[in-house]
Amino acid sequence: MCNYMLETAKITGSGKAPKGWIPLTEARVYFDHPFHTMADHTVNIDFVDENQGVDARVAVELTADSARALIEKLEAALKFGEEAKLV
Amino acid sequence: MALEGLTSQTIQIAGNNGDMIDAYVAQPLGDGPFPGMFVIHHMPGWDEWTREVVNKFALHGYLVVSPNLHHRMGPGALDDVMAAVRTSGGMDDAQVIGDMNGGIAYLRALSNHNGKVGCIGFCSGGRQAYMAAAKATGLDAAVDCWGGNVVMAADALNDKQPVAPIDMTSEIKVPLLGIFGNEDQAPTPEQVDQSEEALKAAGKDYEFHRYDGAGHGFFAAHRPSYRVEQTLDAYQKVFAFLGKRLS
Repeated sequence: MCNYMLETAKITGSGKAPKGWIPLTEARVYFDHPFHTMADHTVNIDFVDENQGVDARVAVELTADSARALIEKLEAALKFGEEAKLV
Repeated sequence: MALEGLTSQTIQIAGNNGDMIDAYVAQPLGDGPFPGMFVIHHMPGWDEWTREVVNKFALHGYLVVSPNLHHRMGPGALDDVMAAVRTSGGMDDAQVIGDMNGGIAYLRALSNHNGKVGCIGFCSGGRQAYMAAAKATGLDAAVDCWGGNVVMAADALNDKQPVAPIDMTSEIKVPLLGIFGNEDQAPTPEQVDQSEEALKAAGKDYEFHRYDGAGHGFFAAHRPSYRVEQTLDAYQKVFAFLGKRLS
């Protein structure tokens, strides 16, 4: 938690926050110490609705290997969608 | 006498610009007078671990205050508020110093205070302790525990953090203790070297202790970064340093 690095992407979708389903408008990605995961550093993603308060947030902490595995599977899912002409 | 017991509560104190902000305060049993300590929370926020540190200092005979420096970004859960602080670009240095001056004034106004105040900060709070050693009013000693971004590249400076703390070194007016892990990446050992060289060159009263086998945040018993031997030794160094400066 000793850096303020932040990558952001405007997104469209929904996520399930503690208060229920919310629209998602931005993904905030950073590499820093996690709150919960038992690792020194993780890739952290906050999916948020910028139009709501600080609790409109779906938080994810992933180890570096997990993040890389997720990227691969996201690409695979997108490839399937493209081949099926769903995208 | 230390370790007999403590009382604690959450109150509001006047911070920067007179803003009322939450603060966890604790004090030892007994009549005193006691020295004061300002505990600066780490970047994850004003959490349970911060309160444990406050309680530890109270048990060791200090009047302690630890304001929520993220107060203005709330209300909300600790981690949600921290995420908002990150998105906003981090804490404002001038506001932090204003909040610290408020906490120091709170301690100095207590009837059982001995007239001395120290501060200790962790992670971002370590950086703020270094900064406070130069900028805060009414401080007598400062402890920087693994403060990152004391050394900052020019392109990391911004409106909220316009001056790297290392460039405030000549203004430091109180003794400074530094506690660092040699496996830390923020600050790196090379950055700690730079701080030490600046302190030495400016002729400041400082003492650095650097631990092998420890990285960032090694006091935190609830995290995998915890290093018990280094923590126990470092706390001895902290209490010896403060005992000398704040008695």
